[in-house]
Amino acid sequence: MVDSLQYTPQITLEFEIGEKDFFIAGECASRVKKTLQQLGLKQDVIKRIAIIIYEAAMNVAIHATRGMLFVHVDPEAISIRTEDVGAGIEDIDLAMKEGYSTASYEVREMGFGAGMGLSNIKQCSDELKIESKVGVGTTLDARVYFLNRDKAD
Amino acid sequence: MTVRDLAAALNLEVLTGGINLDRQVISGYTSDLLSDVIANIDDDAVWITIQRHVNILGVAKLKDVAAIVIPRKLDLEESFIEKAKDEGIAILRGSRSAFELSGLIYNQLMRG
Repeated sequence: MVDSLQYTPQITLEFEIGEKDFFIAGECASRVKKTLQQLGLKQDVIKRIAIIIYEAAMNVAIHATRGMLFVHVDPEAISIRTEDVGAGIEDIDLAMKEGYSTASYEVREMGFGAGMGLSNIKQCSDELKIESKVGVGTTLDARVYFLNRDKAD
Repeated sequence: MTVRDLAAALNLEVLTGGINLDRQVISGYTSDLLSDVIANIDDDAVWITIQRHVNILGVAKLKDVAAIVIPRKLDLEESFIEKAKDEGIAILRGSRSAFELSGLIYNQLMRG
């Protein structure tokens, strides 16, 4: 495994996420994982990015009416962004708390919406920014650095 | 041990034919919450769960699980099995509970 990329790829991957489209989250994460493996990123970095993508895409599928996921690879970091149209988040600090969830009963019964998504994302990100307007939508920006950087606990 | 050996040792049904049976298993995880699985399952693990909808296959694929183990002889839809085959994921099923299966699988893996 290499610590830095051989060249400077500027790759952006885009995915559309529909309402209640629960399978797409796994698909997005799997596809990005494959791309990053081809680029030779470290396994633990890829794992963190896959978790962020899965959880962020799942949040859009569960809570929004539609949204987009963008994954951008630059020479030092991976940026993951979701933009959605939907309910928005009333209290972001509360939403970040592990176990807090507004997901419906059906969604929870499927094993989603356990209130761990945002805290999983936070744990895996080096930088995380969430902006939301109630009744309008939410954007989430996460960044993971991969150049000789280990995430501090 | 391989998925095949584990299935044979614990008398688990293999529902996906020959798919992924030679895969090595070194660990396991028991949970029905997908975020918990995503965050905590190890590499080369079997995943014991009562969730049986196709969306869990996305998680299994992402975490590259060795096999999914369904307890209590729970019913599975044909579409789930077919999708698992397409994705190359082995589905095993036992008659015991998730608790008992977890213990039995743990013992097998500790024995090497």
